Amino acid sequence: MQEHVSLTVSAVLIGLVVAFGLALLARRSGWLEGLILGGSTILYTIPSLALLAILVPLIGLAQARLAVLVGLVLYSLVILVRAFVTGLRGVPADAVEAARGMGFGPVKLLFKVELPLALPTIMAGLRVATVSTVALVTLGVVVDHGGLGNLLDEAFSKSYRFEALTAAVLCVLLAIVADLIILAIGYVLTPWRRKAAAR
Amino acid sequence: MSIFSKTGSWLTDGANWQGSTGIPQRVGDHLELTVIAVAVAMAIAIPVGLWLGHIGRGGILAINITNVGRAIPTYALLVLLFVAMGVFHRKLETLIALVAFALPPLLTNTYVGVREVDPRAREAAQGMGMTGPQVLRRVEIPLAMPLILDGMRIAVVQVVATTTVAALIGVGGLGRFVVDGFNNNDPGEYTGGAILVAVLALVFEGIFVLLQRRVDPVRRARRAGEARGAVTEVKTTADAVR
Repeated sequence: MQEHVSLTVSAVLIGLVVAFGLALLARRSGWLEGLILGGSTILYTIPSLALLAILVPLIGLAQARLAVLVGLVLYSLVILVRAFVTGLRGVPADAVEAARGMGFGPVKLLFKVELPLALPTIMAGLRVATVSTVALVTLGVVVDHGGLGNLLDEAFSKSYRFEALTAAVLCVLLAIVADLIILAIGYVLTPWRRKAAAR
Repeated sequence: MSIFSKTGSWLTDGANWQGSTGIPQRVGDHLELTVIAVAVAMAIAIPVGLWLGHIGRGGILAINITNVGRAIPTYALLVLLFVAMGVFHRKLETLIALVAFALPPLLTNTYVGVREVDPRAREAAQGMGMTGPQVLRRVEIPLAMPLILDGMRIAVVQVVATTTVAALIGVGGLGRFVVDGFNNNDPGEYTGGAILVAVLALVFEGIFVLLQRRVDPVRRARRAGEARGAVTEVKTTADAVR
């Protein structure tokens, strides 16, 4: 359970940082965007268990946990990069221009105007990425680092119904809790949306 | 020996290409499970999605079912079905799980596809005197086709991946190489198997990309419209899809 949570959290956080960097890169040129988005689509098509089996020997069986983590990061990246790119693209040009007119530099523009406006899209992507990461962790079981997946494996080999059900329910609960936490963070981070809704 | 040469020699070893545990047999098993599961899921999800989309109800169900599907780990569902139904129906259990994971994208995409049809096109069809089923068949389905195909693409890719996971509960298919490879500590076998799975998934993805290009009625009408009249083409597309 603890392993499950720590793998999920670290994978999504690393994915978030890397995705942000890649999205900024993708913005710079059209072909780079095509490369990053196209590459991530191909990556997402590759079944998770297969990706894991390719990563493990490359990273080393001794560091199997790291291999699982890298796999999870890669999958969350696919969803997150897309969320960043569409989110940033959806920022109204008026807002960007107004900020430029007020003398905002590119960094200030990005953090004060563009990112907050892209936040709803990014948070939506983050929710999807987190929920699917929670589910994916279980496959780490092939190298004994599957969090609740290990419990499932035990339940399977001994045919323990109760244990299987507990592990499955815990997985889904974990996903729901994570989803609600991100939903709450999004709610706190975008106070202006509430104001607009109240009006 | 590096991992690359190990994988290379596993993939090129003639012994791995023969018999009931050989690569062609496993690819066949994998394809069999995938095709059956997707066909069953389509037979259930597409009519329901079309109907819900046509009457414009059940949107919350059709959309949210995808999110629920994403939260349930494939492995967890397989183990649950296995311990509930016992060891003798492994293939059936796998098929149930595969169908369950293929349903959400099909249902959501079919529903959204029909819902997203331009209301003006729908009204025009009704104005021409088409009945409900005619509107569905000649206007809504052709226009929803790109999204329905996209749902099929997602479903197939998902099922190929889930079939791989099914090896963890002892079912055949290409996942066997991955799972057995890890158990035997044979990197050549699990990496080789993984590459085969990846290639299979990418081939399916490629097929659907091509299919989607061919079937998009708007694109086709535009292309044909340059040669003939666009109006007749819309009718032909509807007939072709039917």
